[in-house]
Amino acid sequence: MSTEMTTTAPAPVHLGVGDRVRLWWDALPRQTQWVAGVVGVLLVALLPVLRPPVLTTVGTDFAGVLAQFGMYALLAIGLNVVVGQTGLLDLGYVGFYAIGAYTVGLMTSPSSPWNLTDDWLSREWGWLFAVPVAVAITALSGLLLGSPTLRLRGDYLAIVTLGFGEIVRLLADNLSTVTGGGRGLNQIAYPVVGQSAERPNGIFSAGNTGLPLNSGTWWFWLSLVLIVLVLVVVGNLERSRVGRAWVAIREDEDAAEIMGVPTFKFKLWAFLIGASIGGLSGALYAGQVQFVVPTTFNVINSMLFLCAVVLGGQGNKLGVILGAFAIVYLPNFFLGRTELFGIPIDGNEIANYRYLFFGLALMILMIFRPQGLFPARQKLLTYGREVYVIARRAAAAATGRRTPDTTGGAR
Amino acid sequence: MPLLELKDLTVSYGRIEAVRGISLTVDEGELVTLIGANGAGKTTTMRAISGVRPLARGSVHFDGKDIARVKAHERVLQGIVQAPEGRGVFPGMTVLENLEMGCYARTFPTKAAHDEVLEHVLELFPRLRERKDQLGGTLSGGEQQMVAIGRALMARPRLLLLDEPSMGLAPLVIQQIFRIISEINGEGTTILLVEQNAQQALSRSHRAYILETGEVVKTGPGTELLADPAVKQAYLGVA
Repeated sequence: MSTEMTTTAPAPVHLGVGDRVRLWWDALPRQTQWVAGVVGVLLVALLPVLRPPVLTTVGTDFAGVLAQFGMYALLAIGLNVVVGQTGLLDLGYVGFYAIGAYTVGLMTSPSSPWNLTDDWLSREWGWLFAVPVAVAITALSGLLLGSPTLRLRGDYLAIVTLGFGEIVRLLADNLSTVTGGGRGLNQIAYPVVGQSAERPNGIFSAGNTGLPLNSGTWWFWLSLVLIVLVLVVVGNLERSRVGRAWVAIREDEDAAEIMGVPTFKFKLWAFLIGASIGGLSGALYAGQVQFVVPTTFNVINSMLFLCAVVLGGQGNKLGVILGAFAIVYLPNFFLGRTELFGIPIDGNEIANYRYLFFGLALMILMIFRPQGLFPARQKLLTYGREVYVIARRAAAAATGRRTPDTTGGAR
Repeated sequence: MPLLELKDLTVSYGRIEAVRGISLTVDEGELVTLIGANGAGKTTTMRAISGVRPLARGSVHFDGKDIARVKAHERVLQGIVQAPEGRGVFPGMTVLENLEMGCYARTFPTKAAHDEVLEHVLELFPRLRERKDQLGGTLSGGEQQMVAIGRALMARPRLLLLDEPSMGLAPLVIQQIFRIISEINGEGTTILLVEQNAQQALSRSHRAYILETGEVVKTGPGTELLADPAVKQAYLGVA
């Protein structure tokens, strides 16, 4: 077109610190990324063994805190698929966590009316057998909740899911003949491996308190393995047609439908995948604590999970893991601490006010950085590496380090 | 046989009938315009054709087949592609990614075929080539409209539905958009256009329908309607 529409000059390329790091990272060869990733995971895995001075919690066992972080990280990854990727506000995510934990509990607890460990399921392998069942049942519950409610949008969906979370908890509390009721389920099975004279019930038993490789450490390692597996699966989904459909739905659901994206189907998939990851986390929880009780699955937990996702950066699966770390670690960091860098503090009080601080943190975040601490970049989400390479080239051209790339064709 | 045929189409929002039994046809290769004031039912008609809004009565035939029960995303597969009102550009995606979403459902058999269509779209809208790595949400209104049309073209529509492409744009940009619409139609794409800009739309379209409060009140060739005194008074502000 010869007509000049506007006379704006090309926008100057402005890159923040995060973008620079991202560009640098994504221009690295795949092998280097894998090596760096493995080293990174190993370093994180060493945390409960090394117990670094200031970082270690004083009021509770550091490895136990990390194990809890592992479960929350899984929850954050799962919730991120629903909230961050697909843009469906789910306020009842704790319901899936509860269903996962209760499935394991109901199958393996002696106080459960459905206990299977009396007859054919062994105590040693009960947990391992129950985990895939728990994941399948939470996926099914996601489908059941999703198929009627995903026709709703925005706030309406949020309210319905909020109700779902409460319904699950109330059912667990009140249907005592079916779920064990308010007294909960005890002596839930856990993986019995690595028995020895000092650890008669195996390394995953809550009775294994021998430092540094206590049960918390082992559960943390198990959850790390699961996190990596889930990340690989979710990462591949995000880069596929499914991921593109999710992003399109989040951006503009009507436009996505008009572009030929079966929006309902993909929203249901997001719900189902998110739910099953939540169920997996719940199954881990049931095994580690060996005890589930309805009050553990209060609605406030849904808010905490959501807080982790929003804090970390919706849509960025590594960001939400850091968000989960902040949510779990910070209160425990202050617990039992009487001084920090020589300054006397009342750590227990600070930990008690954690919801106040999370609330404040969220408010400040929404004003100054609504996209979260580690936000995702859309284009980078949908296209991955290719776009990083292109963007890097563009940035290099703009800063004059290279001659401008004048390729006419797209991509 | 017309490519698109609406018979006694009625669409309602609750108890209010926004479209009251309109019938119209669009033949292969035509550029047909729906004109009407605010609230005449233009956009509702479009939404019923693309399948976003269910019918209360009547039928929609595309290529001879009744598609009233076909879902919106499946109509895209058959070739009915809409550039929605208010543009519907994905704000967090780049221009290029927006265009790629256009062929999400109607995928290309080969990469070469894809590149050819993309290249053609970028030739129609050179501005999009300049902005291809820019996020959709940061574009100007005219550029967003270009993205919306370009994105629809990426699906290689058999029937292109354009809902008020001139909305909120500067006169010069409107002219440019309309020129491109004529160009697309000239290449053989059938277009159904909804407009308030009667002057531009009528002078460029083969036929037009005038909608008032959900009913077709007048129809005929575009240039003929343009000369109609009643139309002149109602839509062109000429006494």
